[in-house]
Amino acid sequence: MPLLEVKALSKEFGGLRALEGVSFAAGAGEILGIIGPNGAGKTTLFNLISGVYLPSSGEINFQGESILRLKPHQISRLGIGRTFQIVRPFQNLDVETNVLVAFGHSFYPSFWKSSATFRQSEILGEVQALVERAGLRPYGKQLAKNLPLGFKKRLEIARALALKPRLLLLDEPSAGLRFEESAQLMELIRGVRDQGIGVLLIEHNMHVVMDLCKRIVVLDHGSKIAEGSPEEIRSNSLVIQAYLGKET
Amino acid sequence: MISGYLITILITVAIYAMLAHSLNIITGHAGQISLGHASFFGIGAYTSAMLYTEAGFPFWISVPLAAVVAGIVGALLGIPCLRVRDDFLAITTMGINFVVEAIFLYLPFFGGAMGMGGIDLPKWFGREMTKTEYFGLILLVFFFLLLLDRRMGRSWIGLAWASIREDEQAAGAMGVDVVRFKVLAFVLGSAIAGLAGGFYAHFLTFIMPQNFGFGQSIVILSMVVFGGIGSRWGPIVGAILLGILPEVSRPIMEYRILIYGVLLLGMMRFQPGGLLGPESILPRIFQRSVKGLRGRR
Repeated sequence: MPLLEVKALSKEFGGLRALEGVSFAAGAGEILGIIGPNGAGKTTLFNLISGVYLPSSGEINFQGESILRLKPHQISRLGIGRTFQIVRPFQNLDVETNVLVAFGHSFYPSFWKSSATFRQSEILGEVQALVERAGLRPYGKQLAKNLPLGFKKRLEIARALALKPRLLLLDEPSAGLRFEESAQLMELIRGVRDQGIGVLLIEHNMHVVMDLCKRIVVLDHGSKIAEGSPEEIRSNSLVIQAYLGKET
Repeated sequence: MISGYLITILITVAIYAMLAHSLNIITGHAGQISLGHASFFGIGAYTSAMLYTEAGFPFWISVPLAAVVAGIVGALLGIPCLRVRDDFLAITTMGINFVVEAIFLYLPFFGGAMGMGGIDLPKWFGREMTKTEYFGLILLVFFFLLLLDRRMGRSWIGLAWASIREDEQAAGAMGVDVVRFKVLAFVLGSAIAGLAGGFYAHFLTFIMPQNFGFGQSIVILSMVVFGGIGSRWGPIVGAILLGILPEVSRPIMEYRILIYGVLLLGMMRFQPGGLLGPESILPRIFQRSVKGLRGRR
């Protein structure tokens, strides 16, 4: 049984087909790359999986169970963490508190549990460890809005990891980063994979994709046009067409 | 003994402070704008007045029940209200205020434009409380509300509110049930406003619909914004300053709403965090002077 199974997934926005009959599966401990030109429907796919949008048709199964009608908070509690294409840290909270919010996922469902204090040494210790792992230790008390972009992206990953996820959806983590920043980020993503977490990675930087992913799904105009290893994708004529246009 | 005039001002300001504190839970902590907070103040005042004069309940039961009723109405109105965002929420809450005021004004059951009278100060030890004692009672209750607020700030609930205030979509993605926590803030804020309404009714002994109109909501919001949205002491300081201001000189009383409006505009332009908010002028001056003292040592 795959960790995540997407079957014939479609989404229309008032007549505009953003996603059309997309199917694929992703396993634990695997980084599945999702690439495609702008407007191919990659972020729409993430918003469907994480429950921000309701699909027009199709199925999404996580660990063998449908998550189709669940709300974003329920999906995240099941163990699907995500980051955002345009970063959305909690700007006026400090780095540690950003991560702490996600640690609350097991307390929020019950009123009594959520009225308990978050000042528990074990949890604060785990927060520290995650902040350290994201390389943000010296900035723990800084407000998120004061961090440079690369740090914000790592903070978003640390925050998603605090959900103790089985699956992580990363939306263009290396976009806008310098070479060194993106190298640090790739290290972090590899570590996540080695931990046994499944990763869906939307990425435009082909170096990053080819380096990290053993398998890649290519979307174009809302449809899946190819799936395979980096080598197969590189030589696939449909993919080349989608990116560069038809040879005349 | 404190003079009658002074104690009247003190009690009025304390009730305003309680109102500003309660609105701060909704607007400051959870980040949900409300332009109709006075309606819950009114619902509390009328509930307490009705229970006391019609049903014969003593103060000690009617006022807590006023908080409960305001909290329940807050939940009922909050559930549809909180599915809309920002500007729509502002207009919806404003609409609620007009509806609630109109109900008090036009239903004979609530005394109409004549309002309701015959409400008294509470009794204890077989006699009526003095105003000074009443003021003490309000401060005591307020003390517990502040303790509760501090407790909330350190709980997962407070954290969930902060995350919703910062970014609803990201909060949802972190496991925060956005609608539920928003409603919780609305219920708690409304209940405390209802409590303040109960205290108000038993102090004035006579209430009218006009006490709980849209203008009153703006007065409460001005206090919160002036003092510092989201900080624990800011709204209280705002209530004290803006509450005493009209008492200092009568002309200010007449132009009260105008002055509050100008203050709101000025604060938004120059000190959006309020007097005690983060990155605003008072805490900065304070920090600088503390640093200066340390430096000299």
